[in-house]
Amino acid sequence: MNFKQSFRLAIKSLKASKMRAFLTMLGIIIGVASVIILVSLMNGLSQDMTSRFESMGTNTITVNVMGRGTNRTLSVDEVEQLVEDNPKYLDQYSPKVSASVTAKYDVNSVDTSVIGVNEYYDDMQSVVVSEGRFIQYIDTLRRLKICVIGTYEATELFGGADPIGETIKLNGSTYTVVGVLEETADSEESSADDVIYVPYTAATRLANSASIGTYYLTAVDTDRIEETMTIIENMMYSVFDDEDAYRVTSMSEMIDTVNEMTASIAMVLVGIAGISLVVGGIGIMNIMLVSVTERTREIGIRKSLGAKKKDIMRQFLIEAATTSSAGGVIGIVLGIGAAYGAGAVMDMTVAPSWNAVAIAFSVSVAIGMIFGYFPANKAAKMNPIDALRYD
Amino acid sequence: MIRLEDVYKIYQMGENEVRAIDGITLEIRENEMAAIIGQSGSGKSTCMNIIGCLDVPTQGKYFLNGQDVSLMNDDELADFRGKTLGFIFQQYNLIPKLSVLENVELPLIYQGIPEKERIELAVRALEKVGIADKKLNMPSQLSGGQQQRVSIARALVGNPSIILADEPTGALDSRTGREVLEFLQSLNEEGNTIILITHDMGVAEKAKRIIRISDGKIVEDSGHSVPEQIEVKSYERTGSIKGAAAAAFGREGTA
Repeated sequence: MNFKQSFRLAIKSLKASKMRAFLTMLGIIIGVASVIILVSLMNGLSQDMTSRFESMGTNTITVNVMGRGTNRTLSVDEVEQLVEDNPKYLDQYSPKVSASVTAKYDVNSVDTSVIGVNEYYDDMQSVVVSEGRFIQYIDTLRRLKICVIGTYEATELFGGADPIGETIKLNGSTYTVVGVLEETADSEESSADDVIYVPYTAATRLANSASIGTYYLTAVDTDRIEETMTIIENMMYSVFDDEDAYRVTSMSEMIDTVNEMTASIAMVLVGIAGISLVVGGIGIMNIMLVSVTERTREIGIRKSLGAKKKDIMRQFLIEAATTSSAGGVIGIVLGIGAAYGAGAVMDMTVAPSWNAVAIAFSVSVAIGMIFGYFPANKAAKMNPIDALRYD
Repeated sequence: MIRLEDVYKIYQMGENEVRAIDGITLEIRENEMAAIIGQSGSGKSTCMNIIGCLDVPTQGKYFLNGQDVSLMNDDELADFRGKTLGFIFQQYNLIPKLSVLENVELPLIYQGIPEKERIELAVRALEKVGIADKKLNMPSQLSGGQQQRVSIARALVGNPSIILADEPTGALDSRTGREVLEFLQSLNEEGNTIILITHDMGVAEKAKRIIRISDGKIVEDSGHSVPEQIEVKSYERTGSIKGAAAAAFGREGTA
């Protein structure tokens, strides 16, 4: 008996008892579906985070100055010097000074964060101004109290009115709005649209700190990011003489870290979901054992008609594999459907991985084969005389 | 064709030894229609199992078509069964979830015969038993007599050397039973070797030769029903459904 016939026979016996077949498959369906859902959501999450980091530029290197135990800080001039000294490696830089402020216009007020940057920042971080302009060199030089606001602020403070040229109060000091950013995240609170940029020279006052704790630098070549980081680290060490006083990180490093994290979370979740695949396999084994017993006489007949051990073995193995792979296919379809459903409800990106689908399918076939082996072997080993006499 | 030489089948039941077959020597020639008759427990079923290659003797030799079956393993037995034997059972033993045609195809499937040829042969076998119009029905839709015809078609389809019928009329009413027996007789007249296993003398009488078994021994044998000469001639055409008859008429070229 060849594969095609065994397969056709397997389909036939599945069709003959649909309810039982469905219940048998249920374990596999749930297992495969949950693996697919989890992988799709975790993949989506990881893609989301990666693209968020990437939008900040994969060539961005962040320097944090903790200055622990020393009074020495890193000045803007020193960073500028570093960039000028290494034109092959470093392209642009911007200080970054963060502060929490209350922004007020007329009677409206919002609590938000202010980021003090220089004129390169928009270019480095792909920040796009939809109206007005971004911060310019002259603003930082003259410590002008100007600001560029996110769409959340534009909506909350100004309603529908044009904010350009208006003045708002940030922690009581008056700032003139010179630009509005392009909307990137539906103007929601705490999103990328909830931000105010000011010249870093002005931000130090808002942050109540004279020193600048963070610098962004962009590498000329993403492929040489490691070398570039070494150059920065060397300079930092020469300034602080203490490796604990600063930290140099790159965006691509962070993307890697995030990906590793989501991957290991996904592994754990998929592992848990995988348990139900094993449970499903046991279900298949159980039903196959029942089916072998029920069909003892059939096995006897087949053997009397010339079926060899391997023919009987193959018939039951293929039946088990067909059951579990049918469950696998249903599980994949359900899983992808449910993942998109959940993604829509939870507003998450869903990215089903075709690798995961292929693996889930092969795992379900393999489970059928593994858990079908024992019942199939039992059937194959039956003595035809006893089997024929069985009622 | 069939030769049992001093065959024993002994089961060890704890301390006791059960001699299901206690030294049987028997020869059945091609073209014979022989009935093995005996009460239940006489050893006739064990005898049938051995002749049907479902079991091997514990002692003694069994030659079928000149091959020593007693030395074969399970898979060789299965293969041999498929090619040389056709079974007809009391309970028809059709597989309920397969159609009539698929049931008849089964022995050919295990012999690895391609689908087209298989269907052709199966339809021909069904035509022979006069039930080809029911080929797409399921066994449960047929009467007992019709089911037994299907099982006869299944036994015939592989063109076996021997047809082994185990109580073929046991589940049928007397009229249908008679029809089945008459059909078996006509098959025998066409040249098929048929062995009937029964406890019913009325059934056994339809055979030309009666072998009575009791307590694992042959107690009566009416002797060969086919003369030696024809048997020798037909050995040259082993395995043909129409066997000696076809050879005698010279219709098929190999003789």
